[in-house]
Amino acid sequence: MIASKTYVRFDWLMIFIYITLVTMGWINIYSASLSDGAKGFFDFDQIYGKQMIWIGLSIVIIIFVLAIESKFYERFASVIYIVSLVSLAGLFILGKTIAGSTSWFDFGGISIQPSEFAKAATALALGKYVSDIQTNMKDLKNQIGALIIIALPAVLIVLQPDPGSALIYAAFVFPLYREGLHGVYLLLGLFAVMLFVSTLAFGAVGVAVGVFLLTGILFYRNRKKRPNIIKYVLIAIGCIAFAFSVSYIFNNVFKQHHRDRFNIVLGKEVDARGIGYNTNQSEIAISNGGWLGKGWTQGTQTKGNFVPEQHTDYIFSTVGEEWGFLGSMIVVLLFVGLIVRIIFRAEKQKTQFGRVYGYSVAAILFLHFFVNIGMVTGIFPTVGIPLPFFSYGGSALWGFTILLFIFIKLDGANYHHG
Amino acid sequence: MRKIVLIGLVLLSGILFTARLFYLQVYDASSDSLLQNSAIKVMYDYPQRGYMFDRNGTLLVSNQPSYDVMVIPKDVKPLDTLEFCGLLKITKEEFKEILYKARAYSPRLPSVVLPQLNKADYASLSEKMHKYEGFYIQRRSLREYQVDHSANVMGYIAEVNNAIIDKNPYYQMGELIGTAGVEKEYEDVLRGIKGVKYVQKDRFNRDIGPYKEGIFDTLPERGNDIQLTIDATLQKYGQELMINKRGGIVAIEPASGEILALITAPSYDPSLLVGRERSKNFTKLWYDTLAKPLYDRVLMGEYPPGSPFKTLIALIGLKEDVVTTEDVFSCYGGYRYGNRTLGCHNHPSPLAMIGGIANSCNAYFCNVYKRVIDKFPTPQEGIDAWRSDLMSFGLGDFLGYDLPSGKKGNIPTSIYYNKIHKFPEHKWSSLATISNAIGQGEVLLTPMQMANFTVAIANRGYYYTPHIIKNIIGPDTIPKKFTEKHYTAVEEKDFYPVVEGMHQVYQRGTASSIQVPGIEICGKTGTAENFTKIGGKRVQLTDHSIFVAFAPMDDPKIAIAVFVENGYWGSRWAGRIAGLMIEKYLKGEITRTDMEKYVLEGSLEAEYAKPYSGQPFSINR
Repeated sequence: MIASKTYVRFDWLMIFIYITLVTMGWINIYSASLSDGAKGFFDFDQIYGKQMIWIGLSIVIIIFVLAIESKFYERFASVIYIVSLVSLAGLFILGKTIAGSTSWFDFGGISIQPSEFAKAATALALGKYVSDIQTNMKDLKNQIGALIIIALPAVLIVLQPDPGSALIYAAFVFPLYREGLHGVYLLLGLFAVMLFVSTLAFGAVGVAVGVFLLTGILFYRNRKKRPNIIKYVLIAIGCIAFAFSVSYIFNNVFKQHHRDRFNIVLGKEVDARGIGYNTNQSEIAISNGGWLGKGWTQGTQTKGNFVPEQHTDYIFSTVGEEWGFLGSMIVVLLFVGLIVRIIFRAEKQKTQFGRVYGYSVAAILFLHFFVNIGMVTGIFPTVGIPLPFFSYGGSALWGFTILLFIFIKLDGANYHHG
Repeated sequence: MRKIVLIGLVLLSGILFTARLFYLQVYDASSDSLLQNSAIKVMYDYPQRGYMFDRNGTLLVSNQPSYDVMVIPKDVKPLDTLEFCGLLKITKEEFKEILYKARAYSPRLPSVVLPQLNKADYASLSEKMHKYEGFYIQRRSLREYQVDHSANVMGYIAEVNNAIIDKNPYYQMGELIGTAGVEKEYEDVLRGIKGVKYVQKDRFNRDIGPYKEGIFDTLPERGNDIQLTIDATLQKYGQELMINKRGGIVAIEPASGEILALITAPSYDPSLLVGRERSKNFTKLWYDTLAKPLYDRVLMGEYPPGSPFKTLIALIGLKEDVVTTEDVFSCYGGYRYGNRTLGCHNHPSPLAMIGGIANSCNAYFCNVYKRVIDKFPTPQEGIDAWRSDLMSFGLGDFLGYDLPSGKKGNIPTSIYYNKIHKFPEHKWSSLATISNAIGQGEVLLTPMQMANFTVAIANRGYYYTPHIIKNIIGPDTIPKKFTEKHYTAVEEKDFYPVVEGMHQVYQRGTASSIQVPGIEICGKTGTAENFTKIGGKRVQLTDHSIFVAFAPMDDPKIAIAVFVENGYWGSRWAGRIAGLMIEKYLKGEITRTDMEKYVLEGSLEAEYAKPYSGQPFSINR
């Protein structure tokens, strides 16, 4: 009886979308990783076979997550967060380096990427901190507190270095804004991103010249209002300082392959077979799809392995090629539907903790979705982050599964109470 | 506000992605074509070209496999040039030049790197080919000639050029197309249809199987075989007879218009234009501007027809009712007009028509010609009437045969004479054109046209458009235009005296020396004056030796025109060759071995060398 009660409380729409996305993900991973040596669907030596195992283990994880009392997540948020930080820090001692990033623990052949789990931990910690009665997001001290919670794991991840994954922590600005953070932070964030991209595109000196000219023109136009010259100078200096520090970080902190990735999207590299290869091939593959696609396992670019990392970060190009505009649209709509549904449910939460957590989940999924599909369709820089529920990889799948199902559990408890 | 920002961004990004995907997948459909897909390589499977047989079923040309190294410039990756050049047996400079040209032609379409490898080279190369991205080996079928003659009839195939590719999208760089002779004329029949294979490639340029299990692939369709009207034996024999001579032979079956032999000399072995030596050999033939082996003298050469033309003057005289077979004309060592004389040789005088033809009396035909022109109120109308009669024999225009080269010849018009005589300031009369009477002057015929009017005489008044196609083996039939009779302006009854005259030529006239036992030939010799320019000066050369004939007289099986440049009098070379050809065709063997020996051993090379010797020389010796 209790089980059946538990049954109906959960938001079945979210679970349905989750199952659909994971299933579609596997179907596309199968196609992207199919090779001559494969021995049927259940060949666990193959990538798609392994993904099947990860999916199977996800079911176990889901049962665990849903079985735990919902109060546990709020109560033990700090502990989970600290464990997560320790695991990230532990990478510097025990981590395994793959493709230049020390982001994995190796457990006898199975690699676990703690940064995929840190997102959920951070969301829990942030929810707990913000929902504390003494916390007010309009208070600078609390703003700094929240920033530290977010920045600690992000900095650890940048140092791996895995700037793509770290970028996702920007998503936490959305729940904070929802909880009363001044809108100027959102705008500042946006402005910072614009300055950041301009700096990479035109160089710090170029940006400095542009900022000087722009403030000069603004000052001249407003001269009759007797503007405060010091304010203008400070803003200009701030902008230029930001540009130079970006330039410094880009040239001294980023590794060459990160720099290259940004250069592609900014049109600095046009060599189709050189550094821009990934995006170019991915666009060709997607273009090949047409209205209805070439059909499952019929994608020519997919078969020819023209798109690198196609089963992981570029999995959406397989969807584009084999399922066409129709299939791509279904995936886009499922993501939009899931994220909107999460926000909708987050607003219905009785507790602030649940709402902050729900918003965090929505914002994280949104950023992944936006950056990943933006990258695969060639409208956003190449940033190596997975498409949630879709991309190959146990850690990513489990991380997103835990992230989503904690919210489903919290949301379910909410129904119960209401 | 705080509640809708994130939802708004999510929906906006959904719209953004929808637009982007629509642009990539639906709107920007240019990359939809299979040809533009980097993962799909189009491979062509070339069909066997149709074979050619002679009228008796003898195989003339078949095929052999050949392998071309091809390149698609845009797919070329940095490679070990030195090793690759070593495999191809070319220098690095040549290789660079080839690649440069290929890129200039098209970065996307295949170009030939090295044509026509043999099997051994192919075997050693094919294993290593996958190492060189952008390069591949294309199998084609090349011609394999079974005979060493008839190059002018069969023609040749060559790589298509840009002009052809622009006009006809079927062809791609490196493909072969019939460029001369039957190969060109019947390209569509012989070619077949190439098969297309779409092969799925991986990013290392390795084949990983057919695209979509090959549903878009097509099988090559083999070209149709064709049977030509030529007789290989006769063709070979004629070519042998013409060794060391320049000129040609055209033999036609009067009852059908089928071309039995079409020989131009000098010619070349068709096998020279196949394989890796092709371009070297072609250049050699092309630059031989004296002997011109690639020039088809029987179709392209326009010569003064000389005395055979007199048979037509006689026919037109009868048709226009200006002369009867009994009318006689005196010869005063020639034809006198004004204070000039058109000379003649020694023969009985006066003569009527049959005697006139048998003795080839110039005076007789000048008189008849003058009567024809003067029958009309003005010489202009006279010339045009005469011309229209001649054109009914297929002269002065393209004959319409099924070979891609030809000339109109020249039958002058009144406009032409008005122009050269500056009419109307200066008047001109029939006498101004009197050379036409004896096939000199402005009249020019191709040897093919001479053979054709001989056919019309043999048939007593009609001919079929000469043709080289006997049968297309397969669904097609030969064009209807080759089975329609063309009647001449001259009535059948008027032909009998002319035929008799031509018989007399053979029995007791100018060609009595070539008599073949048991065959009643009707013929007409010709000796045509001709000139060349040496250092800007007009110099007369030894006369052309000409002979037209048909046999047997009452049931003509063969009509023939033989033309030997600078061979002197008609029966000396042309007459003998015609006699031998007729005997060979009708009997299959030669009884006049004396005549055969004379022709086979005789050479005119010394005669042809004269104008280029730089020394003064004498002619007609």
